[in-house]
Amino acid sequence: MKILVGLKRVVDYTVRVQVKPDGSGVAIDGVKMSINPFDEIALEEALRLREAGKATEVIVVSIGQQTSMQQIDTGLAMGANRGILVKTDKPIQPLTAARVLAKLVEKEQPGLVILGKQAIDDDNSQTAQMLAALIDRPQATFASKVEVDGNVARVTREVDVGLETLEVDLPAVISVDLRLNTPRFIKLPDIMKAKAKPRETLELASLGVESGDHLAATHYAPPAKRQKGVVVKDVPELIGALKAKGLL
Amino acid sequence: MSKILIIAEHLNGQLNQSTAKCVSCASKIAGASIDIVVLAADPAPIAAQAAAIAGVSRVRTIANAANANAIAAIYAPQVVAIASDYTHVFGASTTVGKDLMPRIAALLGVSQLSDIMAADDAHTFKRPIYAGNAIVTVKAPAGQIVVATVRAASFAAAGGGGNATIEAAAVAVALPTHTRYVNLQQGGGDRPDLQTARIVVSGGRALGSADAFKLIYDFADKLKAGVGASRAAVDSGYAPNDMQVGQTGKIIAPELYVAVGISGAIQHLTGIKDAGTIVAINKDAEAPIFEVADIGLVADLFKAVPEIMAAL
Ligand SMILES: Cc1cc2nc3c(=O)[nH]c(=O)nc-3n(C[C@H](O)[C@H](O)[C@H](O)COP(=O)(O)OP(=O)(O)OC[C@H]3O[C@@H](n4cnc5c(N)ncnc54)[C@H](O)[C@@H]3O)c2cc1C
Ligand SMILES: Cc1cc2nc3c(=O)[nH]c(=O)nc-3n(C[C@H](O)[C@H](O)[C@H](O)COP(=O)(O)OP(=O)(O)OC[C@H]3O[C@@H](n4cnc5c(N)ncnc54)[C@H](O)[C@@H]3O)c2cc1C
Repeated sequence: MKILVGLKRVVDYTVRVQVKPDGSGVAIDGVKMSINPFDEIALEEALRLREAGKATEVIVVSIGQQTSMQQIDTGLAMGANRGILVKTDKPIQPLTAARVLAKLVEKEQPGLVILGKQAIDDDNSQTAQMLAALIDRPQATFASKVEVDGNVARVTREVDVGLETLEVDLPAVISVDLRLNTPRFIKLPDIMKAKAKPRETLELASLGVESGDHLAATHYAPPAKRQKGVVVKDVPELIGALKAKGLL
Repeated sequence: MSKILIIAEHLNGQLNQSTAKCVSCASKIAGASIDIVVLAADPAPIAAQAAAIAGVSRVRTIANAANANAIAAIYAPQVVAIASDYTHVFGASTTVGKDLMPRIAALLGVSQLSDIMAADDAHTFKRPIYAGNAIVTVKAPAGQIVVATVRAASFAAAGGGGNATIEAAAVAVALPTHTRYVNLQQGGGDRPDLQTARIVVSGGRALGSADAFKLIYDFADKLKAGVGASRAAVDSGYAPNDMQVGQTGKIIAPELYVAVGISGAIQHLTGIKDAGTIVAINKDAEAPIFEVADIGLVADLFKAVPEIMAAL
């Protein structure tokens, strides 16, 4: 069984993103970029399934500019077998990403596609669900535990009311939550070894995918600021302040 | 004119409050007519609750044993079957809504808007990105059905006293069997629900153990509050996952939020931006939580919390 893993290049989670003064976007020139943290977890899960003999090949895919090849390099150093960069110079929306992934699913016939539950830049949380719809297969989102047994996966999902377990027939799409695993660290020899691994570049335009970029972002603004409050000196003062606000 | 369909969220026969918040969001669109659809094995009791929400014209029910649990692959084709009657389909930005709405959008061949926090007009919405570091205004194309999740914390629940008609929708679509519900381990217990509680007390990494985290439960019980946690506290096993507050946990808007031993990482703060009053108890005066706290107390939580409890 093959596993396809998506690696999105995003602004590193430690960067505090600022809105441009003219409201035309967010200022991200020159900031640190990384693999979306959820995608590292997705890849780690795929590698563990391969190491457990449940999968034979792990393919990492990134859709983006040439610079996204860095995230594929990292994925290959972590242990993926090969990488596919789907090149486009324009930022794409989840429906387009899902359509691109659906094309690759058609071509590669993976038993599992593992994606992050959300990308930490746009926080959309859509791509996995859209892909599953397009290929008419099961989805198990927000996974915190994945067990593969033959042609079935049993997935525990982190939901608002607790933990839900679903059983899905493969092929299936899984989106991962943060507590699924802790991604491995890359060692220098891994980076050297990864240099020889196959990397394929496809032009998005050549895939015959209809654009799903229907939404237009017209303005960006900083969030409403909360007023800085007061620091009280002790517990009685704290209780007094809460009573004054009618909260106690 | 906008015709808006809202997908009811429910569990054990109880309508989730997020549905009334979606109604409130939909009613911001001028002249909209609002329908709610209830998919369930036995929709009647839920439909009755939905029909009482003010501003709803009609509640449609789709009864099917397969609808006993909210499985996206099963719900989505049934919603799509009635979607052509509408200009908008809304669901709450809960784990159920986030799971379902993109699947519906993809089947309809349209984009989906996530976490809308304001409706400027029928096709213009505001939503947070980058963990709430920026708010983007997004325009959906006028000729397309709008599929969106609604950020519940941004809207007050629509009131009661409504009297919508209830009718069954005739839906005949083949449902997949490739996805099967196994079980649900519910956390929570008897405490007020985190997402609707008037007061929430959250504990962070500083608690140091699951045993010590009991202090947070006791404090919460004293205040009749719901209990939350930072991701560090959940990752460390001090609290269950359904208590996590933040970018990748729950977004909440209680009247009073008390953060105990939480540093105030941006990913945590994005979950409490809409809280009425934020109280922070942290021994580090430089902790970023004090930048957003309305009332801060620099103190050791293991001393301060018992002292507060004794004074209540
Ligand atoms: C890409 C990434 C993903 C992360 N995911 C998680 C997570 O899932 N759960 C969690 O609790 N914390 C995660 N962290 C770390 C976390 O957000 C904070 O770093 C942590 O709360 C405390 O910071 P520290 O510097 O004391 O941690 P330390 O563990 O001491 O980390 C030291 C440094 O190691 C690196 N590092 C740490 N974790 C990872 C990782 N998983 N992959 C690659 N590099 C890493 C970072 O550069 C970090 O600054 C992640 C960090 C990174 C860079
Ligand atoms: C992709 C991603 C998503 C994330 N999503 C979330 C999320 O949804 N929610 C979330 O919470 N985090 C999230 N995080 C993690 C976030 O970045 C922080 O690591 C986390 O919130 C830290 O939790 P904390 O404040 O409990 O711990 P710490 O940052 O370790 O803070 C502990 C605080 O306790 C104080 N303290 C220690 N001892 C005492 C004492 N005795 N008395 C009083 N105060 C004391 C310390 O001064 C410190 O400020 C995410 C991270 C990543 C990378």
